[in-house]
Amino acid sequence: MEEKQIYTISIYTENNIGILNRLSAIFLKRHINIESMTVSKSEIENVHRFTFVVKMTENNIRKIIGQLQKQIEVIKAYYHTEDEIIYHETALFKISAEHLYDEKIQEKLKFRRAHIIAITENYFVIEASGLKIDIDRMYKKLKPYGLLQFVRSGRIAISRPKMAITELLQEIN
Amino acid sequence: MTTQTKAVQKPKTVKSERISGAEAVIKCLLAEGVDLLYGYPGGAIMPVYDELFKYKDKLNHVLTRHEQGATHAAQGYARVTGKVGVAIATSGPGATNLVTGIADAQIDSTPIVCITGQVAKHLLGSDAFQETDIIGISMPVTKWNYQITQASEIPEIMAKAFYIARSGRPGPVLVDITKNAQFEMFDFKYKKCTSVRSYKPVPKMDMGKIKAAAEVINEAKKPMIVFGQGVILGKAEEEFKAFIEKTGIPSAWTILGLSALPTDHPLNVGMVGMHGNYGPNRLTNECDALIAIGMRFDDRVTGDLDTYAKQAKVIHFEIDPSEVDKNVKTDIAVLGDVKQTLAEILKLVNTNSHKSWLQEFKDHDVIEYEKVIKNDLHPKKEGLTMGEVIKEINNATKGNAVIVSDVGQHQMITCRYAKFNQSKSNITSGGLGTMGFALPASIGAKMGAPDREVVVIIGDGSYQMTIQELGTIFQTKVPVKIVVLNNDFLGMVRQWQQLFFDKRYASTEMTNPDFVTIAKGYHLDAQKVTKREDLADAVQKMIASKEGYFLEVAVEKEDNVFPMIPSGASVSDIRLS
Repeated sequence: MEEKQIYTISIYTENNIGILNRLSAIFLKRHINIESMTVSKSEIENVHRFTFVVKMTENNIRKIIGQLQKQIEVIKAYYHTEDEIIYHETALFKISAEHLYDEKIQEKLKFRRAHIIAITENYFVIEASGLKIDIDRMYKKLKPYGLLQFVRSGRIAISRPKMAITELLQEIN
Repeated sequence: MTTQTKAVQKPKTVKSERISGAEAVIKCLLAEGVDLLYGYPGGAIMPVYDELFKYKDKLNHVLTRHEQGATHAAQGYARVTGKVGVAIATSGPGATNLVTGIADAQIDSTPIVCITGQVAKHLLGSDAFQETDIIGISMPVTKWNYQITQASEIPEIMAKAFYIARSGRPGPVLVDITKNAQFEMFDFKYKKCTSVRSYKPVPKMDMGKIKAAAEVINEAKKPMIVFGQGVILGKAEEEFKAFIEKTGIPSAWTILGLSALPTDHPLNVGMVGMHGNYGPNRLTNECDALIAIGMRFDDRVTGDLDTYAKQAKVIHFEIDPSEVDKNVKTDIAVLGDVKQTLAEILKLVNTNSHKSWLQEFKDHDVIEYEKVIKNDLHPKKEGLTMGEVIKEINNATKGNAVIVSDVGQHQMITCRYAKFNQSKSNITSGGLGTMGFALPASIGAKMGAPDREVVVIIGDGSYQMTIQELGTIFQTKVPVKIVVLNNDFLGMVRQWQQLFFDKRYASTEMTNPDFVTIAKGYHLDAQKVTKREDLADAVQKMIASKEGYFLEVAVEKEDNVFPMIPSGASVSDIRLS
């Protein structure tokens, strides 16, 4: 059995309604769970970029890329292993105001890319960003204080290898 | 007077005319060379139907009896002509009824464009009458789909729809048009689509791969070809024939590849797959080079992948890069338009004949003939076999007919025994296995090839899934020859129940109506045959008829189709009984 691992898929698409459905349907058809997803503009005007994180075998990720690539409005799809990308996630923690001056919390914030971004009478909000593992750690540390809310973004990633998407578009045109 | 002078002097602009969105749809169809479409009217598509009425001299709309029939008819038309078939329906149930045909066209790479009406833009998402999210529903089974909400989008999207449907690996496209867009007036201008920037229909040919493939082919002692519909879709029949005749390689086909090479060609060694021929299946695991051309290694072709052609170097000629290594690991993938890649490789391959290797196929044929074919075609028992009906149809049509088949035992028997002299003549639902495909598909096939004989062979189960299309046949007087092979069973399922479920015949026996009376109700000449001595004459009479004809043949109830590769077994383990 080939081993499963985490892959980050980057898909450059036209900016049309419904593409998300078309792409997610490809995962659905093959019974693959999407671990996280981010959609945004890309470096090219009118071209959107989808970032999916999935856990699967290399053999299967290649097939998925083929299927994604085949969609009419997909310009190009890439997949990368963890060491081929620089990636980031962000999380927000909402905590009751009573803990605001707790020194231990202040201590925890010191050592990480985390800071307080909002304070009100009743609560304060900590933003933390970094690798998945950084946020996991932060979650563990803050959980004892009782999280009023917790939310985490999908992964955003930049590849170390070149993705020659601009050249590709020129070639197509 | 000055105004008049000004008007005369006005510079010429690009010609456009102010028309409604609905009329624009018709003009787009005409611009794409469409003169025939299949469909069913309803509320949300009525403006387009109103225009169809006005344009009926130029554009023939055939009213099917169910929207599913419209898609299959469009498929039948596309498959015999190589052109894009068109189906049209209203929103809601009209649109959802198209889905089976669209899914069928997707998996069998058939170019069709489906147009659906949709509720007005301001009602989208309000659960309006006959509103359904057909874009969402059809997304996984279309090559592309799009919802038009304003008339000005119509020309560009329709042009794109036809381009995408027919180019590269063909497939179905659905265009959903809100009712307001059909009514809206706008300045119409049409420009054919020749490219879409994010879509590369044909991958670049790589001469390095072609050279590598040619080397393997030239060195191979036991090469074997499996060809699929790609040869037909790529209009590469001549290049294919030249290639196999120069190299002398035995060539087997998938059911959708059938008719790309004449049945009686000396290098045609028959069908691969679950009910394919003994030789090509067994020898798949003995060849040293397996050359797959325009086929996709369906599980019904390969059986168990872990024991499929492991000894062979695999070369895959393919237009769709996502098919490479999808099911079978390829040693050399020759991407590109098969018409070009075959023409190129032809220059590099050596003239050869693999006589003793070809003889191995013939030796297997002898075994299969003794164990299976003889009993199918020249039965000694009393009951009629499906095979002998096909044999009589071959005798009557001399292999020149378009043969449309449905799904099940009769389909496998038809593909095994029907004779074909020319391409685009075998019309059947391969990938999806859609029961009910054949009767409506035969309407499209006959309208697409009016000068050819079209014989449609259907089982009693499949027939009743779309039997209402007899109404279409009656109304249009399209002279298709309908043969129902009636065993009063859902035969293929029954066969599996017999072989793998200890003969527990759960819901496979059918109490059937009097099919002849039904056909006569639609004013079709009709006949039922129950005895062998009446069969040949009945088939001759049917073929001689200038009009549509219905022939029911009562066949043996519990015959099985062999050879058979049990589901999940290796091609080497093909059973003869």
